[in-house]
Amino acid sequence: MAQRWPVLLFAALMAAIPFIPGMPPFWIVLLDNIGLSALVAMGLVLLTGVGGLTSFGQAAFCGFGAYATAVLTTTYGLSPWLTLPLSLLVSGIFAVALGLVTVRLSGHYLPLGTIAWGLGLFYLFSKLEFLGRNDGISGIPPLAIGSLKMIDPGAIYFAIWTAVILCAWLTMNLLDSRTGRAIRALRRGHVAAEAFGVHPPRTKLLVFIYAAVLAGLSGWLYAHFQRAVNPTPFGAQAGIEYLFVAVVGGAGYVWGGVLGAAIVVVLKEVLQDYLPYVFHGEGQLETIVFGMMLVLLLQLAPGGVWPWLTARLPTRPNRKAIETSSALPVRKKAAPIDDVVLQVDHASKRFGGLIAVNDVTFDVGTREIVALIGPNGAGKSTTFNLITGILPASSGAISVLGERLHRMTPQAITKLGISRTFQHVKLVADMTVLENVAIGAHLRGKAGALASLLRLDRTDEAKLLTEAARQIERVGLSAQADTLAGNLSLGQQRIVEIARALCADPMLLLLDEPAAGLRQLEKQQLATLLRALRDGGMSVLLVEHDMGFVMGLADRIVVLDFGAKIAEGTPEKIRTNPEVIRAYLGAVT
Amino acid sequence: MLFLLQDGITNGAIYALLGLALVLVFAVTRVILIPQGEFVTYGALTYATLASGQVPGTARLAVAMGILALGLDLYAGRRSLRPALIGRALATNILLPAAILVLTSSLADRQTPVAIDIALSLLIVGTIGLFLYRIAFAPIAHTSVLVLLIAAVGSHLALQGIGLVFFGAEGQRGPALSNATFTIDPLRFTGQSIAVYAVTLALIAVLWLFFGFTLYGKALRATAVNRLGARLVGIRTGLSGQIAFLLAAVIGAISGILIVPITTLYYDTGFLIGLKGFVAAIIGGLVSYPLTAVAALLVGGVEAFSSFYASNFKEVIVFALIIPVLLLRSLAKPAVEEEKD
Repeated sequence: MAQRWPVLLFAALMAAIPFIPGMPPFWIVLLDNIGLSALVAMGLVLLTGVGGLTSFGQAAFCGFGAYATAVLTTTYGLSPWLTLPLSLLVSGIFAVALGLVTVRLSGHYLPLGTIAWGLGLFYLFSKLEFLGRNDGISGIPPLAIGSLKMIDPGAIYFAIWTAVILCAWLTMNLLDSRTGRAIRALRRGHVAAEAFGVHPPRTKLLVFIYAAVLAGLSGWLYAHFQRAVNPTPFGAQAGIEYLFVAVVGGAGYVWGGVLGAAIVVVLKEVLQDYLPYVFHGEGQLETIVFGMMLVLLLQLAPGGVWPWLTARLPTRPNRKAIETSSALPVRKKAAPIDDVVLQVDHASKRFGGLIAVNDVTFDVGTREIVALIGPNGAGKSTTFNLITGILPASSGAISVLGERLHRMTPQAITKLGISRTFQHVKLVADMTVLENVAIGAHLRGKAGALASLLRLDRTDEAKLLTEAARQIERVGLSAQADTLAGNLSLGQQRIVEIARALCADPMLLLLDEPAAGLRQLEKQQLATLLRALRDGGMSVLLVEHDMGFVMGLADRIVVLDFGAKIAEGTPEKIRTNPEVIRAYLGAVT
Repeated sequence: MLFLLQDGITNGAIYALLGLALVLVFAVTRVILIPQGEFVTYGALTYATLASGQVPGTARLAVAMGILALGLDLYAGRRSLRPALIGRALATNILLPAAILVLTSSLADRQTPVAIDIALSLLIVGTIGLFLYRIAFAPIAHTSVLVLLIAAVGSHLALQGIGLVFFGAEGQRGPALSNATFTIDPLRFTGQSIAVYAVTLALIAVLWLFFGFTLYGKALRATAVNRLGARLVGIRTGLSGQIAFLLAAVIGAISGILIVPITTLYYDTGFLIGLKGFVAAIIGGLVSYPLTAVAALLVGGVEAFSSFYASNFKEVIVFALIIPVLLLRSLAKPAVEEEKD
């Protein structure tokens, strides 16, 4: 997704603007403001648009950055360049503290929480003695390189836009990486991502801190641009405006943040200039228009301007070339002896008075396909959730190769070699098939966020993508590797889920209704694939309703009814078992 | 000590009302009603303007919003423009606010009793609430909580700006509902504070009866639980949203009218008051009415004590109150649900 030349072109364009003869200085000031706003919006793009965490409190983080440098340069006489890391650190530390409290909150609590602490911090800024109360702090020294002091807007312009372009580049790097996939899976599909080792709370905190540091950088620049700070630009109103900027531009896109900043800053300027002429009124007319436009925009184009614009450009994203020379180490497959991979021993699960799984015992051997069948409500999916660690068993034991899975997290169980698909397909619709499948290999990669930011993750990343491509080829979807997962048919999406599960390099594959929604031909292909996997050393446990599919494929069948096991055996035996027939067809008297 | 507690309870009662309205609107429409504060301001200042014998701008705003709502109604029903539909749209969107405007203008410069001013204020703000839902939220009712929240913020900005135009930057006070005072040693009660308690309790009782025992109340609750399911059994979910907004606007206006004799209100005071109702609503988890009411009293109490002991940090303390609450909530129930939209 990161294409170099448009960024370079944009950078060159921005660098050239101040040298255009006759450029009004006022425009440069506007561009400075756009840049400052874009930095914050970019953080919000990652936080809100991509990560799905809404924050109305970003202005407060600008405040931390700005006040940090203001106090350190005026009271302690530090050089502005020295306060840069300190400002970012202050924003980051506060982000950790606030993030630990807030990011675990779901849905609407988070935005409400951010409004609350955004307001609280605004009052704190305006009441604290050492921050100058409502008057703020003035006389902040300008940025300087040697004897060149960046006093006028034209000089600090370069500092601001260097920061914007650098941060845009870093942000795009981050999104296009192992960590980036984890971030993009946060909004939709974090349950699946979690099953493959993504740690959502940690990832959320990471994005939160990243956005805060970007806001802190904007605050630091602002302080040295205005050379004075006061609480007003860091209040709740500003926090709301930053979110507006991100939404206008297109909250899911890095450049949407920059575009949104340009639109909003220019619009505000125009409104402030012309509205009084139109209405002759007193008061904050621009606020009224601003609010109305926000409502209108959400009704007309909730996705923002950037995607609307790019959809009208002729270019299509080019296929990512994958370096195929390196491969991930593969788990040693168990020897083809009659060994038990999964042992479920008298497992029960009670939900209050309801016994969903009642004293169920069965096992899955190496190179064996076991099917778990039963009427609706028989406890099949609950059994799956017990095995994968999503639910803890009320009693009984589940073990893999002799190791008990007691109180293990889903991630730890995935590491042991169990990976799964979901009954309701859980893919990230706006990521490509390749990227979705690569999430499956999350635990097999090592590169962290810092490495991704600086593009030091490329060998690791190439290995992951190679593995993903290999598994996609294995399930026969190579032609669709670059399609967005949301654009595939349901049957194909199920196959993508299998590829993703394979990417975790499992020895036991848990498939939850893999054949549902598949056409006859696709079912045959799936059966062939599963047989090939079994012959390659894989064990498979599947829940399925399609009896034709199960009977033709499974080596052994376990039948559940009302939470209890009523039969177990080869397909032939199950077909004639009177208990099973009664469970499915009702009592035959 | 006690007088701080008394002060806290008076404020807390107001926050409780607002908190209840927020919970109500969120439960029915999933809108986090940031403009709730504007309903407070509009109610209070409309009442104060009426009491001073002038026609408040909000009456004209209701007419303007009605015209917009009419346009939206006609556009939404353009496929089947039956006379009944047009008639209903005209009646609610044009006749209703116009009648209120005429009534207000004819009564404004006369010496009217307080009760009529109050009734007019509630009518005006109620219709504004109704139309606000129709204009800003009904077209995007199906979208995510986030989109609705941003729209709420947008409406808040617009309404606050309009408030400044109508009521000016100066604060206003309204006449008290009752000037009686009496003393139960060591506390001194004013008739106004008694009115605050009485109205709060009465409203809570009315809401309880409404939701527990009336068909519309039950329809609203059904909409809150499952929007699609409610539609399938024949509940007009759009109507539920309008009722919720109407109730919230009226409750907000009542709160405003209750406090405007006690404190001077500015065009932007409502926002802060509304946000404190929020703190209470969040503590109540946006679902529980009793918990919200208790939390509102807590917020009022904390505010009263902190304004006495650390007046500079009053707001900081009130808003910081939310942090431990959020922390407890996040520890108690880790988020598992996925965003759907």
